[in-house]
Amino acid sequence: MTATTNESSSAVAPVEEITLTIDGLDVSVPKGTLVIRAAETIGIQIPRFCDHPLLKPAGACRQCLVDIATPDREGNLRAMPKPQASCTIEATPGMVVNTQHTSPVAEKAQRGQIEFLLVNHPLDCPVCDKGGECPLQNQAMSNGSATSRFVDIKRTFPKPIKISTQILLDRDRCILCQRCTRFSAEIAGDPFIDLQGRGGGAPGGHGHGLPAQQIGRFDEAILEYTPSGEQSPGESERTGDVVGPYGQAGVLSSVAGSIGGALEDTSGRPFASYFSGNTVQICPVGALTSAAYRFRSRPFDLVSTPSIAEHDACGSAIRVDHRRGVVLRRLAGDDPAVNEEWITDKDRFAFAWQTSPDVLTAPLVRDEETGELVPTSWSEAIALAAEGLRKALDGAGAAALPGGRLTLEDAYAWSKFTRLTLGTNDVDFRARVHSAEEADFLASRVAGGGMDVIFGDLERAPRVLLVGLEPEEEAGTIFLRLRKGMLAGRVRVTTIAPLASRGSTKLRADVVRTAPGDEPAVLDALSGSTGTPGDLTDLKAALAEPGTVVLAGERLAGVPGALSALDRLLTATGARFAWVPRRAGDRGAVEVGLLPGLLPGGRPTAQAQARVDVAGVWGVGELPTAPGRDLTGILDATTSGEIDALVVGGIDLADLPSPADAEVALAAAGFVVQLEVRRSAVTQHADVVLPIASSTHKSGTFLNWEGRPRPFGQVFTTSALTDSRVLGMLADALGIDLGTRTLEEIHRELAEFDGWEGPRTGAPSVPAAPAPALEAGQARLATWRLMLDSGRGQDGEPHLAGTAYRPVALLSPATATALGIAEGGQVRVSGPEGDIVLPVLPTPMGDDVVWLPQHSPGSSVYRTLGVTAGAAVRLAAVDAEVAR
Amino acid sequence: MAEQGKGKKPAPGKGRGQDRPAQPKRPAAGRTPARATGTGAGRTPTKATRPRAEKFDVDSDVEKSGLAQFFAPVAGFGVTMSTLFRPVVTEQYPFEKKPTAPRYHGRHQLNRHPDGLEKCIGCELCAWACPADAIYVEAGNNTPEAQYSPGERYGKVYQINYLRCIFCGLCIEACPTRALTMTNDFELAGTTREKMIFEKDTLLAPIRSGMLAAPHPMVSGLSDGDYYRGDVTGPTTAQVAWVEERRPDDESLSSAAAAATRGTGGDEK
Repeated sequence: MTATTNESSSAVAPVEEITLTIDGLDVSVPKGTLVIRAAETIGIQIPRFCDHPLLKPAGACRQCLVDIATPDREGNLRAMPKPQASCTIEATPGMVVNTQHTSPVAEKAQRGQIEFLLVNHPLDCPVCDKGGECPLQNQAMSNGSATSRFVDIKRTFPKPIKISTQILLDRDRCILCQRCTRFSAEIAGDPFIDLQGRGGGAPGGHGHGLPAQQIGRFDEAILEYTPSGEQSPGESERTGDVVGPYGQAGVLSSVAGSIGGALEDTSGRPFASYFSGNTVQICPVGALTSAAYRFRSRPFDLVSTPSIAEHDACGSAIRVDHRRGVVLRRLAGDDPAVNEEWITDKDRFAFAWQTSPDVLTAPLVRDEETGELVPTSWSEAIALAAEGLRKALDGAGAAALPGGRLTLEDAYAWSKFTRLTLGTNDVDFRARVHSAEEADFLASRVAGGGMDVIFGDLERAPRVLLVGLEPEEEAGTIFLRLRKGMLAGRVRVTTIAPLASRGSTKLRADVVRTAPGDEPAVLDALSGSTGTPGDLTDLKAALAEPGTVVLAGERLAGVPGALSALDRLLTATGARFAWVPRRAGDRGAVEVGLLPGLLPGGRPTAQAQARVDVAGVWGVGELPTAPGRDLTGILDATTSGEIDALVVGGIDLADLPSPADAEVALAAAGFVVQLEVRRSAVTQHADVVLPIASSTHKSGTFLNWEGRPRPFGQVFTTSALTDSRVLGMLADALGIDLGTRTLEEIHRELAEFDGWEGPRTGAPSVPAAPAPALEAGQARLATWRLMLDSGRGQDGEPHLAGTAYRPVALLSPATATALGIAEGGQVRVSGPEGDIVLPVLPTPMGDDVVWLPQHSPGSSVYRTLGVTAGAAVRLAAVDAEVAR
Repeated sequence: MAEQGKGKKPAPGKGRGQDRPAQPKRPAAGRTPARATGTGAGRTPTKATRPRAEKFDVDSDVEKSGLAQFFAPVAGFGVTMSTLFRPVVTEQYPFEKKPTAPRYHGRHQLNRHPDGLEKCIGCELCAWACPADAIYVEAGNNTPEAQYSPGERYGKVYQINYLRCIFCGLCIEACPTRALTMTNDFELAGTTREKMIFEKDTLLAPIRSGMLAAPHPMVSGLSDGDYYRGDVTGPTTAQVAWVEERRPDDESLSSAAAAATRGTGGDEK
């Protein structure tokens, strides 16, 4: 739990310092520093638009012109003949820079440049979303002229263009700084937007027969341009939800040519990017805006609170802007150690769930007569919950299912509550595919491990091996860091996966094509325990090099033997390792012992000394010794009556490996207490529902996958209670003082669990399961969750949902042909519980594998098929006519 | 309103100073007592240095002349007597209402373009300018099916809290489309705090004869800038037809249709 940064990994070789003079002040900066940034270090602000510290220099806007003189070979200072763009020139020893503060030439150049930029910039600041926080507005005031000499008609384009359902483009406002296109190319790697018609003429191709220079997606209809120039490009498609200055409907953007089904988003447009929201934030004018925030507020309305994104385990820094009790937008925070200045669109746009109509506001209990849930007071609800739990504890006992979205503090309260109040080790945070092997692996390799691999390592490690992890879908910030390292030529990524996903392609990853379930064999081959096939020898050698990092996703838990094989590989190679879960609370839950075999701080329940340690901190005589059950065990025991009562936290049944069994268990449970933010599928089985504060209504700490504490503050003043407060009240009613009233109390106790020196849980050693025998027409199921899917965290945000990938089934071309599926055809994938029908996209992959999105619209694998990854499913072609 | 433009007269009904017609605020009255000069060591005594005790010095009566002493008991009626022969300043408000000055800062109004579209674009600059934080605006997104103002944006929620408003008029100066102006209506009283928060439906200018109630499309071919420059002078037949199709019962239709046929609409480009 201690934040111990690995010094050796973050050490950077010292860089030579050089000295230059800016506005008469001497400044020393590391060699290679740009002049504009050297000026910043002494507080001299040079106006700029295209310059961004995380993007490569472009010199596109020409706003940062300064006067520069450099010493020649004899040491005589020689001035450059014209003002230079300070964002593209590196500082050199003895350079003399005069900015607008000391050089009339630079001042005049900047003033002239801003006048040029404003020539075609519309005067629509009052209706522009950027108004009030616009670099162009600000720098026109600080470095521009008060009046314009321009009297002609400004250049205009049809607007706004909907590039995706979320991102809107206004070409009139664009100053062609190319921050957005450089972000797309350098950071995200998506062909999202680009600069078209560079050096071209006027709108409509009136100058030189070329389209005007503009940002876009090479949509011929929008460019009013066809390469042949003969046939008309046709009318642009229009959208009914926005209008332009003439009252005309907005334009929908497509891209030139066919892009194939896979790259379409759910709105039927070409897929944009999972990171497109960042372009809105870095746009220095209002050219790119988001549909979700369109005309919602002004910067001066907003109250900003720094926070941490709750959607994945990366712990990205965000800024939550709210107005009068409503969150209106989230922006990326600036945290160089974690997410730099980028966040995923999910972190940025998916916050409406916190204010959806199904948010619980009052405790609910069952009406004695009707059996319906009715709102009641906290005191009555707590009394009823305590009474029900006491009855269960006198009977067969109770268990806890806290879910994986808790803060560290809340998870700790759950852990303590389960052991002290429920008197059991039956607790499991894993609301997903899991195994006893995984629990052992987490106990031996992850729990109490501190920070070993950090984000910075992902930029520097010579080789990163991904197992059971698709960073772009499951941990977007990791993807961006890996890509940054890869583009810098330092990192080479290898992934063990059934197919080369788009994310892997953008990482230029070497794909060790592995059918789902075969991961143990590949990992064992790499560790040399079963002999290494020829094509893996290079990789095996690379893994032995110092600095190699292995990242394993939570999905490996679904493959018997995979984590055991991974443990053997890590031992054999000595590679550094990090476990990357999907949910924000998973790593914290491991640290505080929300597993049947773990106590806080990585202490195994089975160790008597560990139990004594923990009992000492908690001030109790002894802790329950009986080994606990995991989630499946708890649900099975509830169905069979071995457990009477369940205390359930934030769990979505659709995430569980068998949602149907979970429903049965919840229905069979004698007493169910639910602690949730929103009504869920569990609510209908609950006897007492206790409302919990969402992340904007509480403060706390997420532990991200690195193990880095990510504390966040409360956005709203509220009377909503956290899990720890509610569990404390419940324990009080049961006669136990949990001591979790404040975060300070919890942190004080958590600090006492640092540093377990005793024996740890042994590494798992589970044999790999034999591959299922495939009959004709069968294939093994590969599946993982996409970043934007049917998850409840994305509810209430249609603009974001439209930018998700359109769900498709991936098959190898040979399999598709063998099934008789033509291009654009559909496949029916059948499991024991039901069928999923999706369009097929032929993809290079194993012939005996089919990939489905795990929980996307029309493809809820666990619930519909009733199987998990690796299982055999039946494939059949769907007659296109019938499917329709 | 009673004192407007009559600053020279003392405010009636103040009660104090009935027996001292010369107010201490008017040192030019020449009643500076001799004793006060002695304290100033040759300096002209100012209001600040004048000893307050002299006002209540009963011995000062001894110095008055015989005539003054004679009228002393009724001297306080001097103002009363003289006022009897001056014009009456009392206004019989609210029975008789007097017009205010033409630029009087009264209740606000959100204006419309001649074709009935709202001028407000929901930019919130009025709220930004307001020193009393009395204005609350939420903007909305115009769509082809619901165009309330020319261009992309309109004011969806518009509230002015008249318990906060100080009628300074900075909001009017800030408005980029001349949507917000002030009327001469000063009768702003209410029985609850809620009633004193005026919503958009109260603030919006009424549909005048010849206007077409929003929402409806803009005049074809004209931009929001053309509206601002006054190129639109009334609804067009196309706009009337659009409303007729969607809201056949709209009350503004008949006069708007008449105005459209007269051809007062903007020049379609």
